Amino acid sequence: MANVNVKKNIEKGGDIIVKLLSGNEAIARGAYEAGVKVACAYPGTPSTEILENIAVYDGINSEWSPNEKVAVEVAQGACFAGERALVAMKHVGVNVAADPLFSLAYTGVNGGFLVVSADDPGMHSSQNEQDNRYYAKFMKMPLLEPSDSQEAKDFVILGLELSEQFDLPVFLRITTRIAHSKSLVVLREPLNREKRIYAKNTKKYVVMPSNARKLRITLEERLQKLRIYLDTFPGNRAEGSGEDFAVITSGIAYQYAREALGERATYLKLGFTYPLPEKAIREFAALHDTLYVIEEGEPFLEEQIRAMGVNVVGKEFFPAIGELNSQMIKEKLLGEKSSSMITSHNLPARPPVLCPGCPHRGIFYVLNKVADYITTDIGCYTLGTLPPLNAGELCLCMGSSIGNAFGMSKVMPDRKIVATIGDSTFLHSGITALMDVVYNRGKIILVILDNSTTGMTGHQHNPSTGFTIKNEPTKKIDLEAMVRACGVEQVWQISAYDLKQVNETLRAAIACEETAVVIAKQPCVLINKRMARSYRIIHENCKYCRSCLDIGCPAIGNRDGEIFINEVLCNGCAVCTQLCMFSAIEEDRGYT
Amino acid sequence: MNKAANILIVGVGGQGTVLASRIISQAAQLSGYDVKQSEVHGMAQRGGSVVSYVRFADKIFSPMVEIGQADMIIAFEKLEALRWSDYLQSKGIMIVNEQEIPPVSGMTGTVSYPGDILKTLSSYCQTITVNAIGMAIKLGEPRTVNSILLGTALKKLGFERSIGEKAVIKSVPGRTVEVNLRALSLGWDLI
Repeated sequence: MANVNVKKNIEKGGDIIVKLLSGNEAIARGAYEAGVKVACAYPGTPSTEILENIAVYDGINSEWSPNEKVAVEVAQGACFAGERALVAMKHVGVNVAADPLFSLAYTGVNGGFLVVSADDPGMHSSQNEQDNRYYAKFMKMPLLEPSDSQEAKDFVILGLELSEQFDLPVFLRITTRIAHSKSLVVLREPLNREKRIYAKNTKKYVVMPSNARKLRITLEERLQKLRIYLDTFPGNRAEGSGEDFAVITSGIAYQYAREALGERATYLKLGFTYPLPEKAIREFAALHDTLYVIEEGEPFLEEQIRAMGVNVVGKEFFPAIGELNSQMIKEKLLGEKSSSMITSHNLPARPPVLCPGCPHRGIFYVLNKVADYITTDIGCYTLGTLPPLNAGELCLCMGSSIGNAFGMSKVMPDRKIVATIGDSTFLHSGITALMDVVYNRGKIILVILDNSTTGMTGHQHNPSTGFTIKNEPTKKIDLEAMVRACGVEQVWQISAYDLKQVNETLRAAIACEETAVVIAKQPCVLINKRMARSYRIIHENCKYCRSCLDIGCPAIGNRDGEIFINEVLCNGCAVCTQLCMFSAIEEDRGYT
Repeated sequence: MNKAANILIVGVGGQGTVLASRIISQAAQLSGYDVKQSEVHGMAQRGGSVVSYVRFADKIFSPMVEIGQADMIIAFEKLEALRWSDYLQSKGIMIVNEQEIPPVSGMTGTVSYPGDILKTLSSYCQTITVNAIGMAIKLGEPRTVNSILLGTALKKLGFERSIGEKAVIKSVPGRTVEVNLRALSLGWDLI
């Protein structure tokens, strides 16, 4: 179903539109073609572009939700009310959304419900590489794994149909290489789908124990019906006729296996990986002596197939850690070593750093001087823990900095402990921890790094920016009023670029007997284009004390015993001028 | 074409490597090939080492190019050319823009920018150096570096000139089409 014979399509001429789409763009297109009416997400790499592309369609009510749990609950409401709904999140977002998702499998749906989980093997931009296929099995949700953009689109449409047909939410699991790789996709017209009628049905939609016990049983019945259907599901298919290897595979690993083994293998390509198509697997196994399971990440297929009593070879050959690739398969199964001409250059790296002019830089510089311990959170500011700033002790997950700081303060009451968190992350899941600190008579200092955007994922709006995902103006959460409503009485709003003010305010906050909050405001330098200026070194004044290097600004260099500022990189924040004791940094008026 | 063409486009964040890969993919699609393109995005930071992969043939499976498999690397920056050079196969072609962008670690004096990169590359592989930034400035639009390098690359890959032009027209903003076509043609006629 998913193979596009592109050449033929193009030769046929105008009536078929074939576009090169990323997996994320294809999922958005699938939502449109399937008649999805409500779509919700919190941004998170590698999932972010799904909602950004869905929001382009006028007919889909789209939102950036404050967090993934809220996204699921809003989409659930829409699904119960009779429309098709989709939520998208990165793998760790499913942890946040797990509560409503587990019970949604019990209630089932009215309109179709699809949850897209974008996993990040290799942790390109994540804190762990949890394999969320286990979630689908744990939640008892049907699991689809596309292996290219065409399948990503097809599986969104199919998943929503199956969701309605079997009265179950459906889990679509992609990985970074599916999300961010482009391949050719045939576009179709959107379905003309009638909204389903909502009828009050507390036995189905209210999961109080007496109802849930019955739903628990019907859940198994619904899954059993699905298992029977799976025997005819076209997305699970045997391919090829090679005699050297018999391979069971899914997702991106299918592409790597085909690439590595080509015509030498026979493949059982699985699009549905929970529940597993037992009949197809047993039939395939009966034809071959040795079965190889090639999958990226954890032995999810392997464990289930072994549990069926079918012997397979898997993780003893292929690593469970990091990304898989076709070269690894060639090495393990064909003994082909990679042939590279040049190896081991010791080259200067280009690691991710806080941007020149980043408003977080000055805050961390001052915090290092006034605080004993700093807890940090998920966002650009996690980069503050790198040299030369080295600011931050702990970072675990979205919103963790405040609870972590409170916990530390319980054990080290005489220490000055400061939590740092961004505006979007604070609203995502930091606010509840702040309530905890106040309610339980704690004392910490909280710095909200308010750059008026969700920075790390590429500048998405959030409830404090005043705009929706469709750039419509909306009400803006007042962070100070919110913090005060939580019971914090000591609150300051300051400019993140004014180091004197930052220093005085943080010292005052630390001196308080109670919990204090400092809101350090300054828009992300990448969206604030107003500062069309840069700074330069006055070499006659410079004593080469190198104080300006302490902030680790990428625009400030030190070469051959001389400090210089790269005027192209400099964004004109002027934080460095406040560190210089010799007035050796001035605005470069020759550059505009 | 049964055997896939494997291309890496490398550079520094913000240089326009993603647009370049899109134009190559477009040219491949216009020529009737199956095509896959891959890159990792996420961190909004600028100035990191970036890579995208383009593969095309009658049928493509993996979207990734492995070490020692690339037929061509298009490097927007010299240090990045060297960093990714082990992806090139023995008969592969390196097209390198002569531009130098010092990394932060080099700026702060802890590591120095390696000298003689072009010499090192030439001793390993067929290397075509292009002074794209100089040519682009002469053309009056520094942002056409992209199209100049692509002109050289698309010709070397065996695309028809009209296909290269169509791919550029479909991919760049309308008001910049003309200058980008001139840039493409400069790169095309370089070899």
